[in-house]
Amino acid sequence: MNNLVDVAIQFGPTLFDGLKVSLTLTLLSLAFGLPVGLVFAFGVTAANKTFRYVSVFFVEVGRGAPALVLLQLMYYGLPNADITLSSLASACLALTWTTAAYSAELIRGGIQSVPPGEVEGSHALGMSYRDCLRFVVIPQGLRIALPSLMGFAVLLFQATSLAYSVAVPELMSQAYSIGSSTFQYLPVFIIAGLLYAAISIPATWLSVYAERMLSRHL
Amino acid sequence: MLRAIAIGLPLTVLVTILALMIGTVVALPIVAGLRSKNRILWLMSRALVDLLRGVPPVVWLFILYYGVSIGAIRLTALQAGVLGLGVVAAAYLAEIFRGAISSIPKGQWEASSALGFHRATVWSRVIGPQTARAVVPAYTTFAIGLLKDSSIASSIGVAEIVFMSSQYARQSGEGIMVFFVAAGVYILLSVPLGLLSRHLDVKMRKAVAR
Repeated sequence: MNNLVDVAIQFGPTLFDGLKVSLTLTLLSLAFGLPVGLVFAFGVTAANKTFRYVSVFFVEVGRGAPALVLLQLMYYGLPNADITLSSLASACLALTWTTAAYSAELIRGGIQSVPPGEVEGSHALGMSYRDCLRFVVIPQGLRIALPSLMGFAVLLFQATSLAYSVAVPELMSQAYSIGSSTFQYLPVFIIAGLLYAAISIPATWLSVYAERMLSRHL
Repeated sequence: MLRAIAIGLPLTVLVTILALMIGTVVALPIVAGLRSKNRILWLMSRALVDLLRGVPPVVWLFILYYGVSIGAIRLTALQAGVLGLGVVAAAYLAEIFRGAISSIPKGQWEASSALGFHRATVWSRVIGPQTARAVVPAYTTFAIGLLKDSSIASSIGVAEIVFMSSQYARQSGEGIMVFFVAAGVYILLSVPLGLLSRHLDVKMRKAVAR
């Protein structure tokens, strides 16, 4: 127990820096992935064949392949195509793909649960298709999808721990390098785990709360 | 390249199945705790589930693999991987089971007690079968997720698909194809699971529909 406190005091700042990288990676992936996911949400049901096939490819591979495979694909694979990215950039690209694929399905689910009467209503009011999407369908669909998107964000935050495998200096790789230089593996990993839990457990509660608030009037 | 992936394939399947088995068995007492009226028991299981789900699986694997030693005995990579993924799975499955049980209409409980059924009979003949039916879609979705999470075991050196592909990528310096093939294998593995789930769901729906 004393050991745990010692390690926490000595390596707290380093682990904290790692946590900041983890959070940055999460936010960047969400910032890039969610808009792409919205596009794919329409893409997988689009009438245009090219658009549909491209969307289905990215969504199915992004959801079907483990995040670890995508991470290593971007880091070890892309240099073969003469694209060499920094570890953070490649991790960000891989997790953006994952985010886009999962959020596409979640957003599509939300959009499909918008009652068809809403679309017919806006059609009857003479709204253009674009306005109907912009002002009627997308806002409501996103609202329905919000709790599950928040739940996904928590899982994504946890998935950033896999980025240690491509040498991103996030929480897990800081913990690992401290562990391997001091042999204090157990206390370091326990502290790292607690840091992850300290963020993802309240975030989960928040998503449950959001679900309750938003489903009140449904 | 295909050989590398083929060598990894059995371990991926093994880790997934063993972790799913451990998860299913360990989930049962946790569900009992989550449904318990005893506040302390409830709080303990709630905290356990939140903690297991709140910490990324890779951290659990590292704790088990690098951190735990009983005397001079340390867990092997496979043991640590299966055990770690198994207990994390138990937490997720406990929530799935709890949800399925609470989706059974209250009238089923009331009718069983009105008919004077014994508690064991209620579970084995009334609630149990209906829960099994309700749980199938979520359970198979989770199993597909676990198949992908089994790749995390590569981080502690279990020689499954991802471990073998990344070794191959580093040796041959040819990374794009091998990871795309690995991704394809995961997708191909999850297709039969998804089909099985749909089949079971349809079959069980027919069994109740009159």
